[in-house]
Amino acid sequence: MEAFLHQVLSGLATGGIYAIVALALVMIYQATHLVNFAQGEMAMFSTYLAWTMIDAGLPYWGAFAGTVALSFALGIAIERIVIRPVGNAPVLAVVIVFIGLLVILNSVAGWIYTYTIKSFPSPFPGGSVLGGYLSRHELGVMGVTLGVLLLLFLFFRFTPLGLAMRAAAQNPVSSRLVGIRVGWMLALGWGLAAAIGAVAGMMVAPIVFLDPNMMAGILLYGFAGALLGGIDNPAGAVAGGLAVGVLENLSGAYLVGTELKLTVALVLIVGVLVVRPSGLFGRVLVNRV
Amino acid sequence: MRILHLAAPLALGLALAAAPAAAQKKYSPGASDSEIKVGNINPYSGPASAYGAIGKAIGAYFAKINDEGGINGRKITYITLDDGYSPPKAVEQTRRLVEQDQVLLVFQSLGTPSNTAIQKYLNGRKVPQLFVATGATKWGDPKGHPWTMGWQPNYQTEARIYARYLLENKPDAKVALLYQNDDYGKDYLKGFKDGLGAKASMIVAEASYEVTDPTIDSQMVTLKASGADTFFNITTPKFAAQAIRKAHDIDWKPLHFLNNVSNSVGSVLTPAGLDKAVGLVSSYYLKDPTDPQWADDPGYKDWLAWMKKYNPDGNLTDTFNVFGYSAAQTLVQVLKQCGDDLTRENVMKQAASLKGLSQPMLLPGVKINTGPDDFYPIEQMQLMRFNGKTWELFGTPIGG
Repeated sequence: MEAFLHQVLSGLATGGIYAIVALALVMIYQATHLVNFAQGEMAMFSTYLAWTMIDAGLPYWGAFAGTVALSFALGIAIERIVIRPVGNAPVLAVVIVFIGLLVILNSVAGWIYTYTIKSFPSPFPGGSVLGGYLSRHELGVMGVTLGVLLLLFLFFRFTPLGLAMRAAAQNPVSSRLVGIRVGWMLALGWGLAAAIGAVAGMMVAPIVFLDPNMMAGILLYGFAGALLGGIDNPAGAVAGGLAVGVLENLSGAYLVGTELKLTVALVLIVGVLVVRPSGLFGRVLVNRV
Repeated sequence: MRILHLAAPLALGLALAAAPAAAQKKYSPGASDSEIKVGNINPYSGPASAYGAIGKAIGAYFAKINDEGGINGRKITYITLDDGYSPPKAVEQTRRLVEQDQVLLVFQSLGTPSNTAIQKYLNGRKVPQLFVATGATKWGDPKGHPWTMGWQPNYQTEARIYARYLLENKPDAKVALLYQNDDYGKDYLKGFKDGLGAKASMIVAEASYEVTDPTIDSQMVTLKASGADTFFNITTPKFAAQAIRKAHDIDWKPLHFLNNVSNSVGSVLTPAGLDKAVGLVSSYYLKDPTDPQWADDPGYKDWLAWMKKYNPDGNLTDTFNVFGYSAAQTLVQVLKQCGDDLTRENVMKQAASLKGLSQPMLLPGVKINTGPDDFYPIEQMQLMRFNGKTWELFGTPIGG
């Protein structure tokens, strides 16, 4: 029983990582209706920027704020420079661009920072809570995830800019007619997603150590979480991420063995897409023809 | 043009005429009176590019040998190409070395996947694939692959050494294993079980992980719950650091064996937290350049002088520079033994006739031995324990 409880809590801790990555995926999906495969590598790169600042002597929160701001700007820059030219191209072309971005960011990070792992500091005090089952950092990650979720909810629900962004994503033509600058809304969506990704990276790195391939596996589980909860629903994505973390641990420990843990995530992705493409909490979109 | 046309058959004729005069000297492609061409592939780019230091160190050692007059009067021409740790690229580069650059042998090609990819080709062309830089056990198979030979102690040997230590010092241990689910992890697993022999029931829990797993936290929780008091950690650097930290965080304090793939103080134990790594047991066969006990050792001093003169960009704390230096010394010994018979057959024959060879940067007592049926040059290692700052050797070198 104790081991079971431990597996659940440790799953929640990892699920917290998936949840925050899922949140970034949902963010960009809301703005562009595309899944950004380079999201993980963008987050990884942002984390290296934070590491560079901390290494240069900046205090943690200074580096944190600097990284979020810089990532926001870089996200906008990527949209303007790389994504915009393929804006009207078929979906497949855009996906190829995403994969290109993934490879480029991964290699550049490896080239600049090498592939040896680096430790990344946590803003939370060390030690553990709940009788050693969760570290303070893991608890903090869940808190940060919920905080980001709340901010997003407030932003989209109560600010004119948030409303404009939602409108631009759902109906670009009408939005343009009422005077919303759709192009800039897209860029803003990228900026926000990059900023959330940066937060995710800085939360993940203290757990898995910082290296250029840090996000590869996490992105897959984050994707499973986002799909499970509903790719257009931030709260659903967080719930989905946590659920995937727990499910992964329990199935690995008691059902299929550790060798098939990844398969569980993949089966989940395919299963959700087949049975309920909108996810557990997503809205079913009906297109009027 | 006309002159050239004439010159070619003339040169051929001369060469034929000269052949009987040089009857004692025998050459395969890549060897001549003045040079020996040695090929190498290394990951200078890509995820494993940290290993590239080995390829550079080898070149720097050959530069020293050439400055001192070469081997039996012949200079070494060292051609090293980048394969980015990618097997298809390794095949392409190896073919270039053999067919275009015409090397006598391929030396210290790095990585299990890359060597697996080129093994069939090199054995088919009868080109020595000598002293490969990987710890897999499959490189010592003189019957199946007579042109391939390993160098460093293999994973199974290392695992058997830990098993032997356990049987002698902690015969009632309850062992938990964490291993990477691939050839490398399974090699260790097999060696460990072979080493325990009839006492394999000492293993009370096994857990594997995939390289794609973000963390191994769940596995560590399972292993702790098994009640094991001994832990064999068969993981690559990132996961090793995670496992060391997690064991500490969940307050599990087993006798912790760490495979030497991940025993780097700088890139594994420091990120994990040096205080959390106290008491780890691992093993090694080279002299660690950061270990103060070698400060006055003549072998270390020579190595240091060579580093400063020939490899000034190299990292003085990086054991890869000791590895490349020592492997190159073994090859130089083989080529010296070849004398004027620099055929590929004789290279393999001499590589398989090393007897009790000790080298300045191998740990005292570690000897290189090969034979027609023994393609495992180094088979001894010494155990060591981490004291919070450095690894401390204990006992004497033991074989698996």
